[in-house]
Amino acid sequence: MRARSEPAAALWRRVVVGAMGVVVLALVWELYKLLGPADGVLVGTTTVLPRTTDLAMPHLWVMGGRVLEPVNGASAALPMWLVVLQASLFTLGIAAVGWLVGVAVGLALALVMQRFRAAESAILPWIILSQTVPLIAIAPLVRRWGAQIHLGEFTWENWMSVALIASYLAFFPVSVGALRGLSSPDANHVDLMRCYAAGWWKTLWRLRLPASVGYLLPALGLAAASAVIGTVVAEVSIALRGGIGRLIVEYAGAAGGDPGKPWAPIFGSVLVGLVAAGFVGLIGVVLRRFRRGEVAV
Amino acid sequence: MSVEPSVDLGAPVDTALAVEVINLSRVFTGRKGATVTALDNVSLTVRPGEFVSLIGPSGCGKSTLLRLIADLDTPTRGTIAVFGTSARQARVNQAYGIAFQQAGLLPWRTVTGNIELPLELHGAGKAARQARAAELLDLVGLTDFAASYPDQLSGGMQQRVAIARALAESPRLLLMDEPFGALDEMTRERMQNELVRICGETGAAVVFVTHSIPEAVFLSDRVVVMSPRPGRIRDVLPVRLGETGKRGENLREEEAFFRAVRQVRELLHGEAPDRLRGVETR
Repeated sequence: MRARSEPAAALWRRVVVGAMGVVVLALVWELYKLLGPADGVLVGTTTVLPRTTDLAMPHLWVMGGRVLEPVNGASAALPMWLVVLQASLFTLGIAAVGWLVGVAVGLALALVMQRFRAAESAILPWIILSQTVPLIAIAPLVRRWGAQIHLGEFTWENWMSVALIASYLAFFPVSVGALRGLSSPDANHVDLMRCYAAGWWKTLWRLRLPASVGYLLPALGLAAASAVIGTVVAEVSIALRGGIGRLIVEYAGAAGGDPGKPWAPIFGSVLVGLVAAGFVGLIGVVLRRFRRGEVAV
Repeated sequence: MSVEPSVDLGAPVDTALAVEVINLSRVFTGRKGATVTALDNVSLTVRPGEFVSLIGPSGCGKSTLLRLIADLDTPTRGTIAVFGTSARQARVNQAYGIAFQQAGLLPWRTVTGNIELPLELHGAGKAARQARAAELLDLVGLTDFAASYPDQLSGGMQQRVAIARALAESPRLLLMDEPFGALDEMTRERMQNELVRICGETGAAVVFVTHSIPEAVFLSDRVVVMSPRPGRIRDVLPVRLGETGKRGENLREEEAFFRAVRQVRELLHGEAPDRLRGVETR
């Protein structure tokens, strides 16, 4: 009875604490807007806290209300929430492709590095170096190279460039996390598999992969966040229409007359991030058997 | 070529030795070319069904010797035969079961799942695996914990699961590297009683590494006393206090037990005997 009710109580506490976090954030926003100086807080000539005007910091209910109104004055205009939702789905789809490719590449690299000692010293520095290249710099390159790919019926499309850039960010945490996870089994367990005359594949399947789950899940979460950010930024850099990145740039221009408008796609990107994180959370639930080691020892 | 053991239980008639180690040396080479002689010219035989303990201070090479027999390491010189085949072949044939100081259970598998692991790896069918696991759980007295996960068990129970796993494929040789080293004294003695009983029931030969003198005396048919730097066999002491499987709590109180403990202690601490070192002297 006790054992059953405790996880449920713990779950509720987490939900409540999570909701509290959002409420606190909203309160801080509104309180600062109410009490902070209109011109913001300056140290010398540097602004350290933003202005509190309705243009710079619209009320939360202004942002909320704007979402329910039509996008613009046109008679056929769709409601804002629908436009943002469509863009969010578009971005989520590309991010998912980028995440999948990134996870596959990251896992493959980790497996090669685990299998061959030499590969680890050869590849790992390049993997780390790859993340120092600014995204903005490679986006146009990827687009240009992609435009030259024609294989029969297949033509490279711009969304593929965006997904590729997202995967470029996503593979990194997976390769590093998976490498740590695959190398995590005790010498004891590795010896045991050797005693059983189990080859590399069997050892991988029965020992290394299960043991790596605890390392892999946080890496998958990071990869999901990276894929979403990469997708949004790459949409802007490549000027791909249809996604959240494009809306953010487009609506930022409207801030002068319609301060609630730029916030709508920002909420959209938050939504995409939450869905991505939730999906990885689900994977964690499915694989919870393999995380027992985290609680033990 | 090994001869099949006859069917009658308890009395092994197998003519091939369970373990035959001849002039074995293992030299580890350090990073700067410095060498450490872990084992120096060691010879040892273990007959089928015999319980042999390796005892000695840290660095005497007792674990190294066990790892060499298990083919987890390769000797620098000398030969090892396990049931008449090379150590490597014996490992591939699953001629031995093994247990380490850490139980080494996979935390994501239930007790049953852990015991079934070797059977699963070697392609045993589901029904056969389940039947064997149930049998072994009964043997180690953990039937009620079949579906538990290792983190729900005490250290002693985990070690019992590890022993059940080592016995899964009915090996005729058990290699045990301080399996009770991490347990408290009470649990340890209970586990020793159980191990004696299990060995009596299965008739397996055992090579048992320990640094506890009473443990070695209680369990063994012969105690191999080793000395460090370089690792050598100092002496081999036959003990065998009563029939396997009939040794009980009382044995620990008997005069013969204390006498054997004193003998082993003297061999461990005393000056080197003036016999040929590193050669079995029975």
